[in-house]
Amino acid sequence: MALVGRSVPRPDGPAKVTGRARFVDDVTRPGTLVGATLRSTVARGRLRGIVKDPSFDWTGLTVVTAENVPANVVALIEEDQPVLASDDVRHAGEPLALVAGEDALRVQRALQHLRADVEPLPPVLTVADALQHTAQIYGSDNVFRTVRIAKGDAAAAIAACPVQLSGTYATPYQEHVYLEPQGVLAFWDEGGGAHVLSSCQCPYYIHKGVKRTFGLTDERVDVTQAVTGGGFGGKEEYPTILALHALLLARASGRPVKMVYDRKEDIEATTKRHPSTVTVTSGCDRDGTLRAVSIRIVLDGGAYVTLSPVVLSRGALHAAGAYRWEHVSIEAQAVATNTPPNGAFRGFGAPQTIWAIERHMDRIARTLRLDPLALREKNLLRVGDTTPTGQFLKESVGVARCVEEAKKASRWDAKRASLAAPASSGMFRLPPPGVFPARKARGIGASVYMHGAGFTGSGELAHRARIAVDLFADPETGKARFRVRGGSTDIGQGTETVFRQIAAEALWVSMDRVDFATPSTASVPDSGPTVASRTVMVVGGVVEAAARALFARIEGDRQAKGGSFEGAARRLLAAHGIVTVEREYEPPPGLAWDDATYRGDAYPVYGWGCAIAEVEVDLDTFETQVLGLWSAHDVGKAIHPTNCKGQIEGGLLQAIGWALQENLVVRGGRVVNARLTDYVIPTILDAPRFTTLLVEDPYSRGPGGGAKGLGEIPMDGGAPAVAAAVEHATGIVCDRLPLLPEELYALSKETRR
Amino acid sequence: MNVLFFLNGRAATVDAPPAARLLDVLRGPLGLTGTKEGCGEGECGSCTVLLDGAPVNACLVLFGQVEGRSVTTVEGLGDPEHLSPLQEAFVKEGGSQCGACTPGFLLSAEALLSTIPQPGETDIREALAGNLCRCTGYQRIVEAVRAAAKERTSREPG
Repeated sequence: MALVGRSVPRPDGPAKVTGRARFVDDVTRPGTLVGATLRSTVARGRLRGIVKDPSFDWTGLTVVTAENVPANVVALIEEDQPVLASDDVRHAGEPLALVAGEDALRVQRALQHLRADVEPLPPVLTVADALQHTAQIYGSDNVFRTVRIAKGDAAAAIAACPVQLSGTYATPYQEHVYLEPQGVLAFWDEGGGAHVLSSCQCPYYIHKGVKRTFGLTDERVDVTQAVTGGGFGGKEEYPTILALHALLLARASGRPVKMVYDRKEDIEATTKRHPSTVTVTSGCDRDGTLRAVSIRIVLDGGAYVTLSPVVLSRGALHAAGAYRWEHVSIEAQAVATNTPPNGAFRGFGAPQTIWAIERHMDRIARTLRLDPLALREKNLLRVGDTTPTGQFLKESVGVARCVEEAKKASRWDAKRASLAAPASSGMFRLPPPGVFPARKARGIGASVYMHGAGFTGSGELAHRARIAVDLFADPETGKARFRVRGGSTDIGQGTETVFRQIAAEALWVSMDRVDFATPSTASVPDSGPTVASRTVMVVGGVVEAAARALFARIEGDRQAKGGSFEGAARRLLAAHGIVTVEREYEPPPGLAWDDATYRGDAYPVYGWGCAIAEVEVDLDTFETQVLGLWSAHDVGKAIHPTNCKGQIEGGLLQAIGWALQENLVVRGGRVVNARLTDYVIPTILDAPRFTTLLVEDPYSRGPGGGAKGLGEIPMDGGAPAVAAAVEHATGIVCDRLPLLPEELYALSKETRR
Repeated sequence: MNVLFFLNGRAATVDAPPAARLLDVLRGPLGLTGTKEGCGEGECGSCTVLLDGAPVNACLVLFGQVEGRSVTTVEGLGDPEHLSPLQEAFVKEGGSQCGACTPGFLLSAEALLSTIPQPGETDIREALAGNLCRCTGYQRIVEAVRAAAKERTSREPG
C-alpha cells in the first residue's frame, strides 16, 4: 500500500496527546541548577564592570561574566556578537552576566543585586538615523549588507511606459510566540565533554557555536534536540546563545544547568521578524501588461548581524513577486540599529517584500480599474519565463492553477461584484447617539506569491545534507528494523512522520518498521538546519536516496541467495551486525548561481500560492474579522495532505495575526509589551474558516514523486490578501501593517476627503 | 502543608505550600509534566486542567484552593495504548503539531464534550477560545473535536 500521499496518523502524536512527550523543561538531571541572565537596560553604552552587592549572601550562587568566556563570540555568519557583552553594549536586553543557583527565587533576587555599570551612549534607534549616520555602530556605514539584482534597464523602461506608479509599503516586527518558550539543559562530563539538550531547530548550529566558544573538537560536543514546542525560525539561531550561557554556568558551577525563559524574557530578548520599508516603482501598459519594476528594500537588522544578510537576500529575491517583468532593478539593505537583533522567522524576508509587491499590484489594478486577480493572471510567470536573476523556469510552475482553484472555491467573481462596495460618502460618519445595530462592510481580496524552496543559490551545495539509514535487528523480536538518522528536527511540522513515510515507501516495508532517530550530534549526520522550506524537499530527497540504496543492497542479496526480503535482511545483519547506508545531497545538474552578480538559479524550484480572504469590517469600531480564507498552493506532491494543510493554515493564520493584531511596541530600543496580554496573537475566534486546496505540479527532483518546500510559503500571502479585502470592503487603502482599528480609523478620514 | 485532593480520579495528599501555583505542584512534586507553562499569566491556556470538571489555568490557581476538590490533568485522559476519543482524534485529524498547547486544548475540549456532547462549530470555538495554538490555524483542532464528539456518541452503549 502506498504510504506517500496518505495522511497517516503522526507517530509522535500519542506521546503529545498524553503529555508523555518530554520537552526540555520536563527533563531534569540530579543536582541541576537554575540559570538566569542579567540584561542591559540601556540601548547603547560602554560596560565598565559588573558589581556584586557585598551585602547580599552569594553562597551557593555561581556568577559568570564576559571574562569567564573562552572565545567570546557567537559563531554565526559573522563573529560580531559576544556571548556576554564585555565592552560595548549594543542593545537593550543584551546579556551581560549569568547567575545559577539551586533555588529559582534566590537566583532572581541575586540578579537584582548584580549591578551593571554601564556608561550610556546615544543610541541609533531607527533605520533613518542609522542611514543618516547619527552615530557609527557598524562598519563604516551602519549597513550589514547590500544586495543588488538587475535585469535589463529598469529606469529607462519605466520612463517609457504609459502607466508609471510608485508606492511605499511597510511591515512591523513580529514575535514568533512558539507556545513553548526557549529552553536548554546543559552539563559537562568528567572528560570535559559538553552536553546540551535544547529546544531547537538546528542542533548542528549549536554544535558549531559550542566548539568555537569553548575550543572543543567535534566529538566532545553533544547537542540533542528535545521535543520542541514550535520554532517558526525563532529557534533557528537563538538557541546557540542560550546553550552557551547554560554551558558557561555549568562549567563554573560543576553542575548541570537548566535555563528556561519565561514568556516576558523570551519576547524581550530573542529575535523577531525584521521590520521593513519597501518602495516599488513600476511601469506598465494601459491594459495592465507589466513591463518594468524598480524596488528599494530596507530592513532593520538590529544590533548584530545574526542572519540579516540572508534574510535580506531572500527578501530581495522574492521582491518582484510571481510576475513577468522584462526589466528589474532591486536594491536591498539591512541596516544596523541599537535594538535587539532580528533574525529568522518563517518566510525569511519574503513576507515583507511580497507584502509590498502585492499591495503594489492592487495599486495598479485600482489605478487602471482592473479586477485585481485578472491583472495578476495576465502577468503570471509560466514555464519558459525568466526571473529577475535570469533563472529560466523549466518546470513545476503551478501558479495559474492555484489562482484558478482559489478563485473558483471562493466564488471570487460573484463576491467581488456583490459585496458592499464602499459608498462614496457618508460611510464613516459618526453614528448619532443611541444604540444601533453594528454597521458592517464585507469585502474580498487576493494575493498571489511564490517561495523559493531550499537554500538560496549555492547554499545546498555548500551544506551537502547527509542522511544515514540503518538496517538493524529489533532487540525484542530479532526482526529487521530500519532507522533514519539526520540532524533535521521535528518542531511540530511533521519531519518524523514524513521521513518515515518516505523511507518506508522506498524500503517497501510498513511505516512502523522505520524509526526516526532523535537528532543528536553524537549519533546523526549533519543534514543541515531545519529551515528554508528545505526539510522535505532537499533532505527528504536524501532520505529517499539512502533508503532506496539500502533496499537495493538487501534486494541484491535476496536475488543472489534467494529467500525472502526479511531473510536477506537477516543474513546481512548476521554478517555485519548493522548495515548503514549514508547518502548526501546531489544538486540538480545544470544549476548555476553567481553570488557576486546575483545572476542564475536562485532556487532549485519554487512553491506557488494564491490566497483569497473575505473580511467583515465594523464601520464604527474598525475591527476586522476574517470570515473565510481560501487558498491553493502548488506543493509539487503532498506526501502527507493533512500535515500540508496544517502547515498552510497555521502559516496563513500567523500572517493574519501579523496583518491585523500583532503589534510589538519598541520604545527607546526596549520592547514594552512583552506579554501575551498585550502582544496579542489570534485565538480560535479570530481564525477564519479555511478552505485549503493542494495543487500538485511535481518537481522532477522532489521526493515521493515531486514534493516541493511548503513550510514558509503560507506566511507570504495572508497579509496582502487581508489588506486587499479590507480595501474592497471599505475603500480604505492601507499600505502599512498592522491594520489596527486606530490605523484604519485614521485612514478612513483621509479616504473620505 | 498537606493538602488532600482528588487527582485524575484518585485521592492524593501532597505536602506543598498552599500559596504555590497548582502548575508547579503538578509539574514538580507530582511529576505530572504533561501540564505545560506557556505564559504564566493565564493568557495562553497551555496549563489548562479541570477543577471539578471545569477548565482552569493551573498557573492562576493556588495549590491550597484544590483541597477536597477534583483535578484532572492530561495524564488522566488516557495513555498511549488507550487513547481517549479526543486524544485519538487530535492525532488523526492533525489537531496537534508541536504539542505544547495540546494538553490544554484536550482538557478544554473534554469539558466541552461533557456538557455539550454534540457541539456546533460556534460551541467548539467558544469553548477553546482560552487556548492559544500557533501551529495549526485551529481548523484541524475544530475538526478533531467534531470527530471525537461523533466517536464518543457511537461508543456509548445503547
